[in-house]
Amino acid sequence: MLVERARGGRRLFAVDRRAAALGAAAGQSLAEVQARISPLAVLAADPGADAGFLAWLAGLCERFTPLVALAPPDGLMLDITGCGHLFAGEAGLLAALRVRLGRLGLSVCDSIAGTPDAARALARFGPTERALARFGSAEDVMVLPVAALEAEAAVTRALLRAGLRTIGDLAGRPAGALAARFGTGPALRLARILGREDIRIVPHRLPDACMVERHLVEPLVQAQAVEAVLAELIAALSVLLARRGAGGRGFEASLFRSDGEVRRVLVETGRASRDAGAILRLFALRIAALNEPIDAGFGIELVRLAAVHVEALAAVQPELDGGSGEAEEVGALIDRLVARLGRDRVLRFAARDSHVPERAARVVSAQLPSALAAREWIAPPGPPARPLRLFDPPEPIETLAEVPDGTPLRFRWRRALHEVARAEGPERIAPEWWRAGGAATRDYYRLEDSEGRRFWVFRDGLHGEGDAAPGWFLHGLFA
Amino acid sequence: MPLPPSLAAALLPTRAPLPAKALPFRQRLAALARPAAPLRRGAITFGLEELDGWLGGGLLRGALHEVFAAGQADVAAATGFAALLALRAAQSLRATQQRRILWVRQDFLDGPTGRLHPPGLAALGLNPALVVLVRAADVQGVLRAAGEAARCGGLGAVLVEPWGEAPQIDHTAGRRLSLAAAESGVPVLMLRVAATPTASVAASRWLVAALPSRPLPAALPSRPPAADAPGPPAFAARLLRHRGGAAGATWDLEWDHDQHCFRAHDGAPLPRAVVSVPAGRAAGLGEGGSWRRVG
Repeated sequence: MLVERARGGRRLFAVDRRAAALGAAAGQSLAEVQARISPLAVLAADPGADAGFLAWLAGLCERFTPLVALAPPDGLMLDITGCGHLFAGEAGLLAALRVRLGRLGLSVCDSIAGTPDAARALARFGPTERALARFGSAEDVMVLPVAALEAEAAVTRALLRAGLRTIGDLAGRPAGALAARFGTGPALRLARILGREDIRIVPHRLPDACMVERHLVEPLVQAQAVEAVLAELIAALSVLLARRGAGGRGFEASLFRSDGEVRRVLVETGRASRDAGAILRLFALRIAALNEPIDAGFGIELVRLAAVHVEALAAVQPELDGGSGEAEEVGALIDRLVARLGRDRVLRFAARDSHVPERAARVVSAQLPSALAAREWIAPPGPPARPLRLFDPPEPIETLAEVPDGTPLRFRWRRALHEVARAEGPERIAPEWWRAGGAATRDYYRLEDSEGRRFWVFRDGLHGEGDAAPGWFLHGLFA
Repeated sequence: MPLPPSLAAALLPTRAPLPAKALPFRQRLAALARPAAPLRRGAITFGLEELDGWLGGGLLRGALHEVFAAGQADVAAATGFAALLALRAAQSLRATQQRRILWVRQDFLDGPTGRLHPPGLAALGLNPALVVLVRAADVQGVLRAAGEAARCGGLGAVLVEPWGEAPQIDHTAGRRLSLAAAESGVPVLMLRVAATPTASVAASRWLVAALPSRPLPAALPSRPPAADAPGPPAFAARLLRHRGGAAGATWDLEWDHDQHCFRAHDGAPLPRAVVSVPAGRAAGLGEGGSWRRVG
């Protein structure tokens, strides 16, 4: 029995079968029920965990169809159009689903119908025991109570008071009258339950553009066997992609374990690819680099491989000397490094429109097409005006400099004293006023000490602006 | 890893002599030839005749080279030297498009030695768009990524930057990188900061320190006594080891940004007219004609 805090006291949120047999029902006050029934096992309700479990169940149900939608708070909607034959008909599919969920200790209310709303109404309000053969027939929905419309309580009450007890009673009446009295919501719902109007469900995970899968009669336990199946699937997917003249930019392998767990492994490539050997190598690298290794548990029943992003990819001819181009080689290397190290560790520099040194450049994934970072790098002629190495955040230094705007004569950085031999500056870089944060104007100097080291230091602010004297910072080192 | 026949021959010169009849004559001849000769395709040159002559035409391309920073404060000088060597290596190839440089860094470096600043690379003449930055968490990761990259023949150069005295960088690791570099022909430049040079299998080893640059008349109004601005990057590069050549000499080098080459550093101040004139404006327009663009 689960309780929640509502309306000034603890109320029952959900009860199990045995408690229900003793007369407890959701919505009752806990104190009242405790007075009647004892002993009671009471737990706090956790809607967040329920939603998480539902999403996990949705992953489990993906082995029946790729289109699984969540119907919160406690339902799942599966679009099984064209999937029934894999399980010897829709009844077979439903039986398999019941077995699967029953093994988890769940009691399931289910149904199959022509439209999502009809299925929902039948599952929630229909009779609990039905012959499987009669699923989806029109008579079934006719006998459902009007509560199956799931309208507000006032609407349901008004319908009952008018003598309309079942969906069948409503079906014969003009839809316009219902809409005029109770609004379009119940009318629309009625049309959908009766199959006069149909909608598509919104799947929990987007269906993949290109997908192959292998149902395994005997669950696989050994990692080598799983890899062998994966290799076959990659070859099949590669053929499928080649036929479409397409290539994938990301490939996802889903391993469905017999205990309901679903493990997904994603590899990404910099350019569209359908080279089975290369994709298999990426998977091998990725699997070897996983933080928690793949655990087959009691066996893997279904392996599915999907191309996540599909792009057009023309057939390429290798060069006459038998090798592919250098750019392809480097692209493949980047893919391998990404598979091994992760996407945020293989990077490329992109210029940004900013004078603030910290913001002048950013790093992006090396797999992104270079057109996204097309801004040119501008370097004025002459000695470098920007340092090779930049400290972020800048490091404070003690400086001897003429007030208010003199060049530093000597400074101490990391406990070492540097005598300034040559200097250039100031180069004044004002903060970007359109950004919040209120940074100070910086005066940058290029300094060279007596031993030839070149530094980039700045005074953070101007003398006389604030109460304290502005501090000095070392921001970078020149070659 | 399959070795090319010439390399295999170089590694196993006489230890395991194959039956004479088993090999064709040409291969037996190759086994007798000096190992470095066939691999010496397109050496990395400095662009300074004197130095290239000393090195016997330049540095071996498909090999491991080490660059050590002389002190904590010379990190930037060593970085610049290694980056410019990588740039020379990537540019000297006759390729349809410019080759990319893979730079493997250890994460920890960002704190003590600063991040890599792409505008600074651009200021040296190395287009940051050509650099692929790989970040690795530890030395082991750095070496693994470097080994993977060194086998890729499409790269211009691989720059490896681990932190500190790493015991993982031993003879085995060096040999692995050397073999990969020899096979692919891609130079591997190991940049070592906060580490002391020790014996290794590298083809060359450099100790780089900063050198006072040639003063440049300041373009910005800095006050006396420092009237002169720092000039182009200058390095004191000491050749500690060179396989198959003499070592021990120190070279004072300066980077020529316009020619993309090193030149000798003689300490003479730069003439004022070295400043380039913006396009579309005639040289010598009077007093204001020779401003240098900064920033």
